[in-house]
Amino acid sequence: MKFSRRTTAAAAIAGAAAFAIIATGCSASTAPAADSSKPITLTLATFNNFGYSDALLASYHKLHPNITVVQNKAATSDAAQTNMFTKLAAGSGLGDIEAVDGDWMPKLRQYSSKFVDLASADNKGRYSAWKTAGGTAAGKVIGLGTDIGPEAICYRSDLLAKAGLPTAPADVAKLLTGDWDNYFAVGDKFTAAKTGAAWFDSAGATFQGLANQYKNFYEKNDGTVIATSNPDVKKAFYSVLTASKTSSSHLAEWTNDWASGMANGAYATMLCPAWMLGVIAGDSPKVTGWNIASVFPNGGGNWGGSYLTVPAQGKHTAEAKAFADWLTAPAQQISAFKTAGTFPSQVAAYTDPTLTGATNEFFNNAAIGQIFIDRAKAVKVTPFKGVKYSAVMTAVQNGLTRVESGSQSIDDSWTQVVSDIKALG
Amino acid sequence: MTTTTLRRVDRSPRRIAFSQTLGRWDIKFSPYLYISPFFLLFAVVGLFPLLYTGWVSLHAWDLIGGQGDFVGLDNFAFVLSQATFWKALGNTFSIFLLSAVPQIAVAIVIAAVLDQNLRGKTFWRMGVLIPYIIMPVAVALIFSNLYGDRYGLVNTLLGHIGVPAIQWHSNPLASQLAIATMVNFRWTGYNALILLAGMQAISRDYYEAAEIDGAGPVRRFFSITVPQLRPTLIFVIITATIGGLQIFDEPKLFDQTGTGGANGQWLTLTLYLYNLGWTQLNFGRASAVAWLLFLVIVIIGLVNLAITRLIASNEGVRP
Repeated sequence: MKFSRRTTAAAAIAGAAAFAIIATGCSASTAPAADSSKPITLTLATFNNFGYSDALLASYHKLHPNITVVQNKAATSDAAQTNMFTKLAAGSGLGDIEAVDGDWMPKLRQYSSKFVDLASADNKGRYSAWKTAGGTAAGKVIGLGTDIGPEAICYRSDLLAKAGLPTAPADVAKLLTGDWDNYFAVGDKFTAAKTGAAWFDSAGATFQGLANQYKNFYEKNDGTVIATSNPDVKKAFYSVLTASKTSSSHLAEWTNDWASGMANGAYATMLCPAWMLGVIAGDSPKVTGWNIASVFPNGGGNWGGSYLTVPAQGKHTAEAKAFADWLTAPAQQISAFKTAGTFPSQVAAYTDPTLTGATNEFFNNAAIGQIFIDRAKAVKVTPFKGVKYSAVMTAVQNGLTRVESGSQSIDDSWTQVVSDIKALG
Repeated sequence: MTTTTLRRVDRSPRRIAFSQTLGRWDIKFSPYLYISPFFLLFAVVGLFPLLYTGWVSLHAWDLIGGQGDFVGLDNFAFVLSQATFWKALGNTFSIFLLSAVPQIAVAIVIAAVLDQNLRGKTFWRMGVLIPYIIMPVAVALIFSNLYGDRYGLVNTLLGHIGVPAIQWHSNPLASQLAIATMVNFRWTGYNALILLAGMQAISRDYYEAAEIDGAGPVRRFFSITVPQLRPTLIFVIITATIGGLQIFDEPKLFDQTGTGGANGQWLTLTLYLYNLGWTQLNFGRASAVAWLLFLVIVIIGLVNLAITRLIASNEGVRP
C-alpha cells in the first residue's frame, strides 16, 4: 500500500460518508451482553501504537472479572491490513476486536455483512459526524472511531528566522492563513532567502493535504472513478508540482531519506496531523526548532485515524462489542492520547481539561490539546472514499514521485497517471 | 490316501500362490507405498492449490467476496494486454540475471577457496552461511537504508571519491542492481556450501595426476574442478532460477510503499501479483499472473532440462 502507515489515512477515514448518512437511522442495536457467565479471553488486534496500555486493559478486567483482554500488536498498518484481508477471506483467525486504519476502511465497507453492528444508545453521537460516517456501511456501524488526525502546520522556527520570516506560532498562523497559493507564495519568499532548506517536504504529502479538502476528488458518490476527468485533480497535480520545482525537498514521505531530511533540516514546514508530532519527535530528536502553527491552507483537513471493528466470525461477539464500546469511550481515548498521542475522535473529549490543557515540550510547549481541538473543528469536508480509492491514490502519488525524482516531466507523468488509472479497470 | 493327497495337492498350490502373490505385491507396490506420503502431501498442498488457482483465474474473483462470474480467459487477456505485466516480466528476468550470474560465479570461487587446506575450516564454512540465516526482511531494511538516494551510506562513500550520487530509487538499472546485491548477499554463501560439497566429492586422484603433469592451481580449477562440478552446478542453477524468478521480499521492502517503484522500476511478477490480489483485491487476475509465472518457470525448467541432457550426452561421448 502506498501510504501504509497513516499517510493517507486521512483520506480514507471519512470513506463511507455518503452511504453512512443514509445508514445512521436504521441501525438496530441489541443490548450488549457485557458480562460473560464463564471466564473468556478477548483478543484485541491493533497495529503501531494505539495507546492501549496494559493498565488500561487490566482496568476492564477489574470491571468484568470474567473477561481477560489480550492485545496483539502488528508492527504496521500494512501488516494488519494483509492479516485482515487474508483471514477475512479464510473465514477464521481474526481477533475478537480488530483495529482498522481509516486508510483501508473503504475496502471493508463492501463486506459489512462480515462485521457486527456496533451501534448502541451509548455510542450514538459520541464521535464527530464525519468520523461516524466513515465507519458506517450499508446501514451498519461496523467501526467505532478511535483517533483522528486533524492537520496543522509544523515548522522549524530556526529556519524561518534565517529567512527573515516571523517565528511566533500566532504570526506564522497569520502568515499562512489563506489558500494553497498563499502557502506556495510564502514558500517562494522563503526559498528566495536561500537558507539551503526547502519549504515543504514532498509533493506527495502536500498533494494529499489538498486532495482531502474535496468531497469528490477521485470518485463520485456511487464509486465511479472520475480522477482522470475531474479538472480539480489535474489542476492540483500541476500546481503542486509547479511549486515543488523550487519549494520541495523532493524527499518522498516515509522513506529513510525523508526521516533523515527531518533531522538534517532539509525542509522548513510540513503538513502536521496530530499523530505526526510523535513521528517528528522520534525522527529528529536533536532538533530544537520545531513548533506548531494552528493553521492549515484553505481551511481544515484531516489525515489519518482508525476504527475498532468486531468481525462476525468471532466466538464472543456480544462481549467484544461491549468492550469495543468501552474502549472507544472518551475517558479511555484520553488515556490513550496520554500514552501515545492519538487524538480523540470523541466530541466529549474536547471539553475535558486533560485534553484542553495538554502541551508538548518538544514543540516548544505548544498547547497541542487546544490547537488540535481547533483544527478538528475546522474540518468541514468529508471526502468520499470508495473501493478504488487506494489504488487510484497510489497511481497519482506515483505520478508525483516520478516528477520529483526527475525521471519524467509533469506532462508525461500526468499522461501515465491517466493510463495507469484506466488500467485499474 | 490318494484322494487326500490329491486334495492336499489341490489346496497347497493355492495357499502358496496367495503368499506368493502377497510377496510379489510387497516387492511391486511397497516402494510406491513408502514414497506415497510425499505425493499425497504434494497433492494436497501443491497440486490442489495449483489447479484451484487455475480455476480461480477463469472467474471474476474478489479476495473476500469470493467467486463471481465465469469469464473464461478474460483475466489472462487483461493481464497480457497490460504494459505493466511485460515490464514486470522484463524486470524479473533482469533482476534474476543481475543476481544469479555473479552469485554463482562468486559462489564457485568461494567454494574453491574453502576447499583448500584452511585453518579453522568449520569456522569459515559456517561463516559464509551467516547471511543466509539472517531474515530477508532484516536484510532488505538494512540495504534499503544503505541505498538511500540522498543520505544513504553508499552515496555518501561515492561522494568522497567524487562520484555523483546514484538515484537508487528512480533509475531502473540502479534499483535492480541494488536489489540484486541483497539477493546475492543472502544466497551466495548458501550456494558456495553446496558447491563445496560437490567439490569434495571430486576424486583427489585427478588433482594429484594433474599436479604431476605440471598443471597450476588455475588450470586445475578450470580443467578439473569446473567440469567435475557440472551436476552440482546444474542443481544450483535450477534452484537459483526457480528462486530468482519468484523474488518477492527484497523488491517489496526496497521502498516504503512496496509497490515496485513509482514507474515500476523494480516491479517483479510476484510483486505485480501481490498488488493485483491484495491491493486491488482482484484474485482472478492475480491467479492469472500466478499461472503465467508458473508457465514461465516451466519453460525455463524445460530449457534447463535440455541443457542438462546435452551435457549428459557429452559426458557419454567422453572417453
